[in-house]
Amino acid sequence: MRKDKVFKIILLLSGFLIVALLSGIFLSLVFSSIPSIKEFGINFLFSKDWDPVNNKFGALPFLIGTLLTSVISLLISIPFSLSISIFLSEILKNKLISNIFQTFVELIAGIPSVIVGLWGLFILAPFMRTLQLKLGIQPIGVGIFTASIILSIMIIPYSASIGKEVISMVPTEVKEGAISLGATEFETLKSVTLPFSFNGIFAGFLLSFGRAFGETMAVTMVIGNSNKIPDSIFSPGQTMASLIANEFTEATTKLYTSSLIEIGLILFIVSMLINILGRLIIRRFKF
Amino acid sequence: MENIILKIINLNAYYGNQKVLKNVDLEIYENRVTTILGPSGCGKTTLIRCINRLHELSPGARIEGQILLKGEDLYQIEPMIVRQKIGMVFQKPNPFPTMTIYDNVIAGYILSGIKLSKEEKDKIVEESLIKSGLWDEVKENLFKKGTFLSGGQQQRLCIARALAMKPEILLLDEPTSALDPVATSVIEELIIELKKSVTTVLVTHNIGQAGRVSDYTAFFYLGELVEFGKTTEMFTVPKSKKTEEYLIGKIG
Repeated sequence: MRKDKVFKIILLLSGFLIVALLSGIFLSLVFSSIPSIKEFGINFLFSKDWDPVNNKFGALPFLIGTLLTSVISLLISIPFSLSISIFLSEILKNKLISNIFQTFVELIAGIPSVIVGLWGLFILAPFMRTLQLKLGIQPIGVGIFTASIILSIMIIPYSASIGKEVISMVPTEVKEGAISLGATEFETLKSVTLPFSFNGIFAGFLLSFGRAFGETMAVTMVIGNSNKIPDSIFSPGQTMASLIANEFTEATTKLYTSSLIEIGLILFIVSMLINILGRLIIRRFKF
Repeated sequence: MENIILKIINLNAYYGNQKVLKNVDLEIYENRVTTILGPSGCGKTTLIRCINRLHELSPGARIEGQILLKGEDLYQIEPMIVRQKIGMVFQKPNPFPTMTIYDNVIAGYILSGIKLSKEEKDKIVEESLIKSGLWDEVKENLFKKGTFLSGGQQQRLCIARALAMKPEILLLDEPTSALDPVATSVIEELIIELKKSVTTVLVTHNIGQAGRVSDYTAFFYLGELVEFGKTTEMFTVPKSKKTEEYLIGKIG
């Protein structure tokens, strides 16, 4: 009995520790951002000047860079992960083979991002350079679009895996209802199975988006690290995460550090919101 | 004199190596209700899934023999066409949860991409819902989701959905097994009413239900057709010992 009690208390404490940790990180981000918030206020979000020499900081280029890379990577990933989810759940009838495939897809998410970044830098970037030469664009290789391609590869496992799970959960009797009315397999998929699992698939994409939003290492390696607002999707840029990774060692003044941390705070809040929303939708779906 | 609409000739059905139907010969008469009766696992459901070619969708499933619809071999026709001619209602009500009541009724047309004018759609929806006895209950709420209906209403919506395709035969796979007694009796009355317009094959293990609604009964046991005949005759003087044992509850 006493052992049980001790055990319970340990579990309870570890639970509280996690909550405390998350709130602690959040609070320390808030406190350390105060100098920058006091100095720039809401203008921090709308100013495009990032000028450490004159102690002027604005986050607009990085907000745009982050939004661009995550939205483009999401758009690239959608057709692929949707096809993978449908293939694994509906086409591969053999459960074992389907699960092996799913494991492989999920393993992609386990590749250390620095390796994906290296691949991007040494294989994809030269290829992009050749492509840009052919298109008559300044051949930089690295940039927003290259980073988006890298990101799309990294986020496919999340949406594909969740998509497979939710499509598999569509009850057989509902699908057979459609088949029994003379629908083909494709018509059943299009008009019954996919609408039925839409919320779950959507949540999968949302979580993918959240992942792309905060991904740091690989993006830092291939985005080109330019603190200007990108003027095309091929130009170099900077995301919030890559900016922090690039500049935290150089941040010498208090305001500089505080501005970087405020960007971290924005990243933290947005990522949290996306994740919470995605999880809420999935929970409502079934799990 | 009865008209034969469906003729099953020497049908064998398999799941992998397991033979679930053995040498079944059966005739279904037009505009009559025929009950497929028997204990669980006797192949009742497999039989009707062979009739609308759903059986072949299960992995490893195959059949031998012939099924003729008005003399035409069903296994020589596209399965989608077969399923439009032979509608089915399942054990558990399965309206499409993402569709409105209205769309559920014409789902067969929507799914197959058959274009209908607004008037045609309205007409099919109203007629099918009247036939399934649901019209008065849902006519104010046609554009609400079908899943808000009660279980019995959902099942009648599924019957309306099948009737909307104007099928030659309606297959009912234990349609009341998930319903309460009141909803069950509504469906049973509906089955009798529907005889005028459609041939019905009803799968059940409920002897009382078979007696109340069907003209003919085929009794199955362990994959074999034991006895076929007029329900009234079979229930009063069964020819086979097995049938008698099942009817008085000795086996089941």
